[in-house]
Amino acid sequence: MKIFVCTKQVPGISEVKIDPKTNTLIREGVESILNPNDRNALEMALVLKEEQKAEVIALTMGPPQAEEILREALAMGVDKVVLLSDRAFAGADTLATSYTLALAIKKILKESDSEENYLIICGSQAVDGDTGQVPPELAEELGIPQITYVQKLELSEDKIVVERKFRATEIVVIETKLPALISVLTDINKPRFPTMMGIMKAYENSNVIYFDSKNLNADISKIGLNGSMTEVKKIFFPERNGKRIILEGSPEEVVKKLCHHLQEDKIL
Amino acid sequence: MSIKIDHELCTGCASCVESCMYGAIELNNNIAKVLPNCTLCGACIEACPEEAISLERGDIKTKKIDISQYKGVWVIAEHYKNKIHNVAFQLLRKGRELADLLQVNLTLVILGANFDDKLEEFSQYGMDEILYVRAPILKDYYSDLYVKVISELVVQNNPEIILIGATPTGRDFAPRIAKRLNAGLTADCTGLEINPETKNLLQTRPTYGGNILATIQTPSSRPQMATVRPGIFKIPEKVQKDVKIRTIEYQFKEKDSVTKIVKVISKTKNTVNLEDAKYIVAGGRGVGSKENFKLLKDLANVLGAELGGSRITIELNWLDPDRQIGQTGKTVNPKLYIACGISGAIQHIVGMQNSDIIVAINKDPNAPIFHWAHYGIIGDLNEIIPILIQEFKKLKSEE
Ligand SMILES: Cc1cc2nc3c(=O)[nH]c(=O)nc-3n(C[C@H](O)[C@H](O)[C@H](O)COP(=O)(O)OP(=O)(O)OC[C@H]3O[C@@H](n4cnc5c(N)ncnc54)[C@H](O)[C@@H]3O)c2cc1C
Ligand SMILES: Nc1ncnc2c1ncn2[C@@H]1O[C@H](COP(=O)(O)O)[C@@H](O)[C@H]1O
Repeated sequence: MKIFVCTKQVPGISEVKIDPKTNTLIREGVESILNPNDRNALEMALVLKEEQKAEVIALTMGPPQAEEILREALAMGVDKVVLLSDRAFAGADTLATSYTLALAIKKILKESDSEENYLIICGSQAVDGDTGQVPPELAEELGIPQITYVQKLELSEDKIVVERKFRATEIVVIETKLPALISVLTDINKPRFPTMMGIMKAYENSNVIYFDSKNLNADISKIGLNGSMTEVKKIFFPERNGKRIILEGSPEEVVKKLCHHLQEDKIL
Repeated sequence: MSIKIDHELCTGCASCVESCMYGAIELNNNIAKVLPNCTLCGACIEACPEEAISLERGDIKTKKIDISQYKGVWVIAEHYKNKIHNVAFQLLRKGRELADLLQVNLTLVILGANFDDKLEEFSQYGMDEILYVRAPILKDYYSDLYVKVISELVVQNNPEIILIGATPTGRDFAPRIAKRLNAGLTADCTGLEINPETKNLLQTRPTYGGNILATIQTPSSRPQMATVRPGIFKIPEKVQKDVKIRTIEYQFKEKDSVTKIVKVISKTKNTVNLEDAKYIVAGGRGVGSKENFKLLKDLANVLGAELGGSRITIELNWLDPDRQIGQTGKTVNPKLYIACGISGAIQHIVGMQNSDIIVAINKDPNAPIFHWAHYGIIGDLNEIIPILIQEFKKLKSEE
């Protein structure tokens, strides 16, 4: 069995802050990190690998420096990492990203000799765009079933049984045959830290496999900007539209003032 | 493909530098320069006041579709326990506005089993048409069946805009349909408008955890699809109007779905309806303890308000999960929102900023919540709330 984990390099979200005076982004020291939710996906894959025989392969599409997150995945214990990198992939929206990831998965499957079954694990969302669209689009591209927002999974030879959270308090248990794709929620497990051995192994050279648009045989009208239907028209900052009246005085006074305002506003 | 800067036009004003989320533009000798980490997102193009920036797409032309063939606005409903999710009705309000601007029809699409006797009531929400796909199996949500049925309907009817609630269900089937139709899809929108010139749908959504808003458009493909966050638009007033009802009997073969629902586990004790609440009293870490939430409950009771909280209060088990407000919780828009001991992290703000009046009680004068509040009280909630309860009671008895 092969377990693919899709991972993404994102800007560290807690560091993306706005300067309240100039209303612009403060970018100093914004580091790129492994999308936190994808750590949950990696952890799930590694636990499954311990339970049964499986090869865990982490994939990412991104610029060459995305190699860093793949080394991190290696250090956590995945068997193989693949980086899809090419200038022609730039500007990809979720349609183009899922097309490209699907090509890589198909290529890896074709090149492995056996008729193995496979499972794909994604994060439910990346903290940058937070679209959550890549997982279902990838499943559609591959023509396999998807189950999103998963919090628990049981894997056997040819099927999975998962718990999917679809409301704050509602869970549906779904069964489907392999191959299949799931996207997992955050907080479902505690991702492991890399071991010393793992880190050393991760930095041996040569163990990142590179794919570009040529060796993926990509249709250039479907990758990068060309394959993207959505366009960013503009980027701006949320408006702070509070009237910002700070009520002053003793607790009794401020409460009186508040009630007065609320009556004026016809709220009370 | 690359971002091109016209050196003649560039004045070195740095508007583009500020607009770039990736830090991929800098000024070099007072002229903008694009760095290798550019993702070609195109945000700088609009930001440039001199029109000095352009995106060179290369000469690969994707198949152009005739977008004038696509007409009409669709809202797709989801349901659970035979009840339509409110977001569908909320989207009918916005959908009506968009359809009127475009002078096209508004259609509500329902895939279900037992809605025959409810269609009459639904028809008061301002649409022109209801498309009801009926099959016994559609009593429940099956990802692949939704994708199959809706994709077929779209191909037959060519709507130009499709709006879907950004719930875990909507965000499950919408991307798969978009992929099947090769259509652009924008996730979790909080604003929708029509560009008066191009008639394209302008879809605004929060990114980077709500720190930044992006407006997205899909100029060259149809339908333009968006999932839209619940709680952003209000349910429309009911109107009397002739609505065409089209019922389509759908014959599913045995095992048409590749998934099987084993069971549904429901943990709801009593249903909380924060989305429809007129008044909300919300607490954060500053409330201090589960016991102390009693104080907020008392305040909620005098107001007839629902109780909500920030994420940390759910993590600490002070409140039930369905009371969480914010990015990963619910989006609410009450008349009055009283935030007690909440710092005002952007992830919380995005869930409540549409409230008519926001009151904040916080002992830290620098708490960001005061940026968003209409009325701020700097003080200890343990001191303020009891007085507030007394005062509200007094006002009530005077009425
Ligand atoms: C991906 C992601 C998603 C998230 N989603 C959500 C979400 O959906 N909803 C959400 O709420 N958060 C969300 N968060 C978390 C969010 O970033 C904040 O951590 C959270 O909102 C903080 O909650 P708080 O304001 O209650 O606590 P704190 O930030 O700890 O603030 C407590 C406040 O109480 C005040 N206080 C303390 N004692 C008193 C007193 N006696 N009287 C008056 N004031 C007092 C303090 O001055 C302080 O301002 C998310 C975070 C991430 C990374
Ligand atoms: N460029 C990418 N490379 C690999 N996986 C990705 C990429 N983009 C998104 N994913 C996967 O899809 C999930 C959801 O991402 P998104 O749709 O961008 O919110 C992530 O958690 C990843 O598992």
